[in-house]
Amino acid sequence: MSKIKSLSDLKKIKEEVQSKMKLRENSDNPEQFVQVKVGMATCGIASGAKDTMKFFIEELELQAVDAVVTQTGCMGYCYAEPTVEVILPGKEPVVFGYVNKNKAEEIIDTYIKKGKLVDGIIPISFKTIDE
Amino acid sequence: MTDYRMHILICGGTGCKASESNEIKEKFNHFISEFDLEDEVQVLFTGCFGFCEKGPIIKVLPDNTFYVSVAAKDIEEIVKEHILKGRPVKRLLYKEPVSGEVISESQDMDFYKKQIRIALRNCGFINPENIEEYISRDGYMALGKCLSEYTPEETTNIIKDSGLRGRGGGGFPTGLKWEITRKVESDQKYVVCNADEGDPGAFMDRSILEGDPHSVIEAMAICGYCIGADTGLVYIRAEYPLAIERLKTAIKQAEEYGLLGDKILGADFNFKIELRYGAGAFVCGEETALIHSMEGLRGEPTVKPPFPSVSGYMEKPTNVNNVETFANIPVIINKGAAWFSKIGTDKSKGTKVFALAGKINNVGLIEVPMGTTLREVIYDIGGGIKDGKEFKAVQTGGPSGGCLTKDFLDTPIDYENLLSAGSMMGSGGMIVMDEDDCMVSIAKFYLEFTLEESCGKCNPCRIGNKRLFEILDKVTEGKGTLEDIDKLKVLSDVIKDTSLCGLGQSSPNPVLSTIANFEDEYLSHVEEGKCPAGQCKSLVRYDILEDVCNGCTLCFRNCPVGAITGERRTPHFIDQSLCIKCGVCYDKCKFNAITVN
Ligand SMILES: Cc1cc2nc3c(=O)[nH]c(=O)nc-3n(C[C@H](O)[C@H](O)[C@H](O)COP(=O)(O)O)c2cc1C
Ligand code: SF4
Ligand code: SF4
Repeated sequence: MSKIKSLSDLKKIKEEVQSKMKLRENSDNPEQFVQVKVGMATCGIASGAKDTMKFFIEELELQAVDAVVTQTGCMGYCYAEPTVEVILPGKEPVVFGYVNKNKAEEIIDTYIKKGKLVDGIIPISFKTIDE
Repeated sequence: MTDYRMHILICGGTGCKASESNEIKEKFNHFISEFDLEDEVQVLFTGCFGFCEKGPIIKVLPDNTFYVSVAAKDIEEIVKEHILKGRPVKRLLYKEPVSGEVISESQDMDFYKKQIRIALRNCGFINPENIEEYISRDGYMALGKCLSEYTPEETTNIIKDSGLRGRGGGGFPTGLKWEITRKVESDQKYVVCNADEGDPGAFMDRSILEGDPHSVIEAMAICGYCIGADTGLVYIRAEYPLAIERLKTAIKQAEEYGLLGDKILGADFNFKIELRYGAGAFVCGEETALIHSMEGLRGEPTVKPPFPSVSGYMEKPTNVNNVETFANIPVIINKGAAWFSKIGTDKSKGTKVFALAGKINNVGLIEVPMGTTLREVIYDIGGGIKDGKEFKAVQTGGPSGGCLTKDFLDTPIDYENLLSAGSMMGSGGMIVMDEDDCMVSIAKFYLEFTLEESCGKCNPCRIGNKRLFEILDKVTEGKGTLEDIDKLKVLSDVIKDTSLCGLGQSSPNPVLSTIANFEDEYLSHVEEGKCPAGQCKSLVRYDILEDVCNGCTLCFRNCPVGAITGERRTPHFIDQSLCIKCGVCYDKCKFNAITVN
């Protein structure tokens, strides 16, 4: 490590390391951010939920959207795996089915960034997916 | 991809390390590599989460899942279920003791709801051995700001305006102390951090050093800039190895990053920090004794003035502050004096860290705004009294504080209120007592501590406390008289008035406050020869009620000394000369045939 020589150097380092700490900072108050929960039970993993999740994490980071991406257990819509629940700040949760990479891209561009609904929403008749 | 999708935070405080946290971390690493998750999941130690009652504690982010009482054998399940499949392991989640509700996210726990974390802001959040994590949370930004934007005088004024007072016990205004030290002319000055923390049961300062050492280092440098010192010394007990190790790592990293050393951040300011080790004598926490100990002399207090600010270490102006006091400084600079002074009461600003202990459900480390009531701390945060027992008293201020009754539960906690209630803030120990505690024995316990720790320099402290102890002992033996209670009061006042240092001046406080608040208990001991709480063994007598005892022989079989005799199906009998008053028979008897008097 070369020495930090000025306050502006220090600020630069801070910005660099902040991205690594963002996950921790954001998870303290997730309701202020976009929350994406990917169903990752056995059925979800089998149908590619892991890639979907990885895509969400990387793409949201790339597009500089402050989001908390977590995984949850089986949502009970095994026919439509991979399923993804998205909660925009202050909005009701919305669940999407069959989320592959293309669908994920659409969700990010249209729903998360513009707030417009896209096809593939599963009507919610459950309490919360954590139950 | 360098960014992890999941962070697993393991409490690495002394308490949790003593349980299993090292093994837990190894298990995590093992299973995470087994499932090929190394690039996705980061596992790290943080400082104390404060919720020591249920340690070891693990937090999984970003889900914010809070696992309690985790054992190494649980890790496989956590990795397989939660990390791989997103299903939190329910049996390890926290259950609210009163409602029985299972709570997975820490911000929903009553324990955390009423807390505001300033001094503990990074404890349990960052890896204390990684300076970059500290920097990401505005670390060293305050130092940078002072060096480039404020003069030493301006910086000192910010601390003065904030209203911050010393957290080491005395409550002296911190900014004023800095100003006094700054104004003394000298070729050499010192900044000293008092990390001696020796109150029984207290671990506030140790936890800050273990969980966020850089906050103290940064603050010491800021203090050095203000008073014109280029050297900082941390006086720490050799018996705190983890805190020492973390502090050493942090100092080394700060030097490597150029945040300690010469020309810090390009400014004309040099600062270095060294450690000095204490042998663990309580009196060495007193600032003059501490300085003598650092000089290699006997750790005995000397008369003030001269105050250390004028003539301290090596007879040079020395600014001594407590660990927690320092931990507040960077936040005050970053957020401003006005922000800080909005928190708290009229004369006591900011927050205070307390170590909750005793007969309380949530033993642990908490930080609350000044002005929070004792009731909120004990019932809302502390979760109430253990085993549904009745609250009796709370002891604040460590061995030299006082015991407060339930009449004081609604007292807002601040320096003045605690003093006028007959106790004091002290450094932040808070011990809760229930109906089973005998207040005379409690006073005796604390006196025994101060007696051992007195340096022996002054007669009133050395001999007076010994006499106090003997009288209390007499009372607990049932041999005390009414005259003895008066003697306790008079002697206490003399010791307080004539001792040199704070130890002697405050040592009789537990005696005086228990007499003031629980005089009836003292009277029961001397007049009726009874200990209402049933704690004073000499005063307790176990008897078997002849007409209730049906001769089941259970007590006979359980008495460890064979004091019980009797034939099967006939009433039993206790031989008082053999009985050691262990109470086993009383606990075992299913027919309530045994009485305690
Ligand atoms: C017997 C005795 C023990 C003390 N122990 C400590 C201690 O462990 N830690 C501490 O910071 N201050 C302790 N103090 C208070 C110090 O003398 C001093 O007031 C304090 O370190 C100043 O820092 P502050 O203004 O930041 O509180 C003790 C005082 C006495 C009389
Ligand atoms: S009051 Fe007690 S501890 Fe303090 S200097 Fe005197 S003898 Fe030593
Ligand atoms: S109190 Fe203990 S020692 Fe005494 S009789 Fe009962 S069991 Fe035996």
